[in-house]
Amino acid sequence: MLRRALGLLPRPIAAARARSFSTDLPAAHTADATFMEAWNKVMPNMDPPKTPLSFMHPRPPTPSSIPPKLTVNFVLPYDSELSTKEVDMVIVPATTGQMGVLPGHVATIAELKPGVLSVHEGSETTKYFVSSGFVFIHANSFADIIAVEAVPLDQIDANLVQKGLADFTQKLSSATTELEKAEAQIGIDVHSALNSALTG
Amino acid sequence: MASNAAVPFWRAAGMTYITYSNICANLVRNCLKEPYKTDALSREKVHFSISKWTDGKPEKPTLRTDSPEE
Repeated sequence: MLRRALGLLPRPIAAARARSFSTDLPAAHTADATFMEAWNKVMPNMDPPKTPLSFMHPRPPTPSSIPPKLTVNFVLPYDSELSTKEVDMVIVPATTGQMGVLPGHVATIAELKPGVLSVHEGSETTKYFVSSGFVFIHANSFADIIAVEAVPLDQIDANLVQKGLADFTQKLSSATTELEKAEAQIGIDVHSALNSALTG
Repeated sequence: MASNAAVPFWRAAGMTYITYSNICANLVRNCLKEPYKTDALSREKVHFSISKWTDGKPEKPTLRTDSPEE
């Protein structure tokens, strides 16, 4: 029994050593040769169908030296605000605090809290208020920021923010169930973040 | 692996992340200035028709328009 166990042991380790992480492999973008042959036999006059993989651009591999600029993709469910835009730095409102992302940042996945996202390019800064979302920073200085709702700061109405803050503070004190308390707390968090975005 | 690490307050109250995220987005949309506010709220409106089926036949469908507060 022991000998069989010993026999099983080295095999998984060797297999693990032979396979590399998917982020390190070069992009395997070539169309499948057997499929193309079979297709051409059956339908020589028609173009073969495109697969989702042919539409997706493979992520550029991690360069050996830190690139000079960070490439940012900032997307919303209904629009893509920034698409592969080269910037110097972005500051994202992560749940652990404002996080500055420079080129060469370590690969990170961060959850965002309601707060201000600022994109620094040269001497200009564009600020957005983000409701919540995630940021994926890849090892090759690509950052994907996905948010549910993001608005430029000048589209926010200060009076509505104050009113909302007062409303939810009142709701928190009159809340009974855990769920109501959580909703009121969320309201307070979002409105105070909006408030500090407008004043800060 | 920290399986029982400090959970966020909304998860402790039984809310899922997607509910939390949608509530945050709605609150932000309600605080916008006028032309942007109506645009945002109309963008998030859902329009759908429901029909219940009984004995293999659909009944008359009802049209529902859910605004994002629902």
